[in-house]
Amino acid sequence: MRTPIAYFVLLSGILFALGTVGVLTRRSALLIFMSVELQLNAVNLSLVAFSRMHNELDGQVLAFFSLVVAAAEVVVGLAIIVAMFRRRSSVDVDDARELRW
Amino acid sequence: MPLDDVVFWVFAPIAVASAVAMLVMRSAVHAALFLVVNFFCIAVMYLLLDAPFLFAVQIIVYAGAIMVLFLFVIMLLGVDRGEPVRERLFAQRGLALALAGAFVVELFVALRAGIGFSTLAPEGFDVVNEPGNAQALAKVLFQGYFFPFEVTSILLIVAAVAAMVLGQRRSRAATQAELDAMQDEVQDEVPA
Repeated sequence: MRTPIAYFVLLSGILFALGTVGVLTRRSALLIFMSVELQLNAVNLSLVAFSRMHNELDGQVLAFFSLVVAAAEVVVGLAIIVAMFRRRSSVDVDDARELRW
Repeated sequence: MPLDDVVFWVFAPIAVASAVAMLVMRSAVHAALFLVVNFFCIAVMYLLLDAPFLFAVQIIVYAGAIMVLFLFVIMLLGVDRGEPVRERLFAQRGLALALAGAFVVELFVALRAGIGFSTLAPEGFDVVNEPGNAQALAKVLFQGYFFPFEVTSILLIVAAVAAMVLGQRRSRAATQAELDAMQDEVQDEVPA
């Protein structure tokens, strides 16, 4: 293991920033959701990198938990998107604005 | 150049490029496929960080199960039409890119001031991973984190039930009323 830890953290930061750009700029609920997945993965990568840096396995356990929670979140999120599509036959987030003043 | 560095510098640019490609793709299916590439690259990073168990889990759960679910929903809904290019908020895209760039620069500066870009990972992770990554991880998981582990099992059951509730048709009462109405129509037509 010769690659410096900082490179992994920087890569995870770049991927997180790209995911944020996706969440902020895309219109389709599905693509926003994919960008959120990208962010979750980026954070997982930094958790594993820090676990390696401190010679502890707790970071990997936390990454494992976040993976499980992400799986549950995807199931519920996609079900909400399907329900939204059934109601208004569009997944454009700009169309869903009943709760906006 | 050590082998680890070679692997890192091959897969890190692919990860970033596939993330960028995912963002600029108009079609949802293409975006999902680029996301799969990105997940594979992150899995390789786990391997470089001596986490082979998470490498396998990442490929099975993320690149396998979750992305298949995504593709299934995209094709079920048939929403692969692309989206309007016009911005609805003023300078939304530019601001988002600027803020993301600022975040990366900030992280770079913080890392340079903090651990620095030449700090190698400490030796002795083999001892932590004894007798194997999966076994060592299981020991930590089931000794220190047993209660959170059980809570996640409840979370998964709740999520499965929630998905079934959200996924079913509007309301059973309305469907039954529609069925009765249809039957009435049929009965009206028969005598005539």
